[in-house]
Amino acid sequence: MSEYKNMKKTARIKEVAIKSVTCLLLLFWAFLVLFPFYWMILTSVKSYGAYNSEYIPKFYTLAPTLQNYVDAFTTVSLGKYLSNTLVFTVITTMLMLAVVILAAFAFARLEFKGKQLMFVIFLSMMMIPNELVVITNFVTITNLNLRNSFAGLILPSVMSVFYIYLLKENFEQIPDSLYYAAKVDNTSDFKYLLRVVLPMSKPTLITIILLKVIECWNSYVWPRLITDKESYFLVSNGIQEIRENGFGRENIPAMMAAVVVISAPLLLLFIMFHKKVMAGVSRGGIKG
Amino acid sequence: MKLFLSQKFNTWKGWLYLLPALLFLGVFMLYPLVDVFIYSFEEGYNSASQTYFGIGMYNYSYVLHDPYFLQAVKNTFLLVLITVPLSTGIALLISVGLHSIRPLRELLQTIYFLPYVTNTLAVGLVFMILFKKTAYSDGFVNLILNWFGAGPVDFIDGPYWAKMFVLCFYTIWVVMPFKILILTSALASVNQDYYRAAKVDGTSNFRIFWKITLPMISPMIFYLIITGFIGAFKAYSDVVALFGTDLNAAEMNTIVGYVYDMLYGDSGGYPSYAAAAAILLFSIVLTVTCLNLLASQRKIH
Repeated sequence: MSEYKNMKKTARIKEVAIKSVTCLLLLFWAFLVLFPFYWMILTSVKSYGAYNSEYIPKFYTLAPTLQNYVDAFTTVSLGKYLSNTLVFTVITTMLMLAVVILAAFAFARLEFKGKQLMFVIFLSMMMIPNELVVITNFVTITNLNLRNSFAGLILPSVMSVFYIYLLKENFEQIPDSLYYAAKVDNTSDFKYLLRVVLPMSKPTLITIILLKVIECWNSYVWPRLITDKESYFLVSNGIQEIRENGFGRENIPAMMAAVVVISAPLLLLFIMFHKKVMAGVSRGGIKG
Repeated sequence: MKLFLSQKFNTWKGWLYLLPALLFLGVFMLYPLVDVFIYSFEEGYNSASQTYFGIGMYNYSYVLHDPYFLQAVKNTFLLVLITVPLSTGIALLISVGLHSIRPLRELLQTIYFLPYVTNTLAVGLVFMILFKKTAYSDGFVNLILNWFGAGPVDFIDGPYWAKMFVLCFYTIWVVMPFKILILTSALASVNQDYYRAAKVDGTSNFRIFWKITLPMISPMIFYLIITGFIGAFKAYSDVVALFGTDLNAAEMNTIVGYVYDMLYGDSGGYPSYAAAAAILLFSIVLTVTCLNLLASQRKIH
């Protein structure tokens, strides 16, 4: 009997030990993830003088200041970068939505010759890596004289074949009877799409919008290739510009303030919609 | 007759709905895909006059003999070989841990996902500051190293191994959210009956993991390895975030970085070399992906 008790005790101890090691490991990774965010906010509220006099960096500050944020908006054109990115993100996402919805509806609901073949071709486009097509797109946009313009930034960024696939799957779940009822009422296909299909697909549409907004906000390569005038820079290029020619190389607190301002919108969006974003990414997200 | 007409109209209408997507795909994906191969064979292409004087393999041979390209290949391969196994392994460890605890699970999951929604360039700057050693301060990481008695190292402008270390560290930090998310949802979808049966048989936890959990989630692990390889081969913006845009000078260029440098910037204006380098990159990626698929067919449950 006591032997059995002992065995039970050692098993319990072992279990508790494993649990605590696991928890420690998990908390350590959470710390690694959160620490850069903490450091960026901390540095952004340290004053320039205080930061530069710390030979050994301090983990806290007793005299937080918002001066760096004022500098970030006045010394460099952070406001311009933000508004450019906002315009770019909104227009690209809206155009993408229109194109993707129409195509997905055609594949899911309309009957036409060559539909199957077309769908296979679309799916195979998902495998084309961006790095291959960017070279010709760069030459095309340059030849069209669209460098340093919103059209040049937006047009090649619109298409996302994967979302057509995602939406088509979703549209197909809507019962056929609704479509026939609409036909009997003499509703046009387009009206049916607007009045019935879209409201019923709202969750998927929101997921797609969130993923595209994240992709647009963080896009770096294409904007870098196609813009060299500062007045068309998006935030990613803006932060690179700030780093290389901004406040004078050493004003790191102001640089961190800019980093906070740039990161904040997406972080807020994520905190509001974290379930949707994570569900969307696990259904086939691609790091933008 | 009426039926025939309406069918014809329907075909026409289907294509009309597809038209915008077709236009975007044709102009910005299909045509460029063909064109990039043409560029890569046109010798001595001049982007100002749009002329060239021959067709052949010269661009490929130029790229393959360019020391900057070879450096980029070396960097990219090192990055891939270090970060893909490490990040997949750590993600597996964390996901299994996350799966075994109940309280805090959702909060931790959300925290782990944060790097996914951050701007790579912006947060890369934070990493640079954490690792950088300047005249004014040794920086945060060197402070920690100092506690353990290790000397200060300049991770951003210093020796090659130190720069490689920061790059791998940051890359792993960036790719982790996606892997943890995929693996935790794979773990959650394993049928609980298997575990109950194993518990009844008195199987040890380690054996359960090795014999049940791992085989059940092996398709997802292979999916992560394949996408991990593809993603790591295309590394670029995290490198820029850490080391700035002049990557050749920092000896930290990647293959994708080489392509863009050839295209645009101070050393740019050579779309033919860029095209050849891009096609070389994708033959590498394609080969590696095929090898991965072959291996997975043998081993996957």
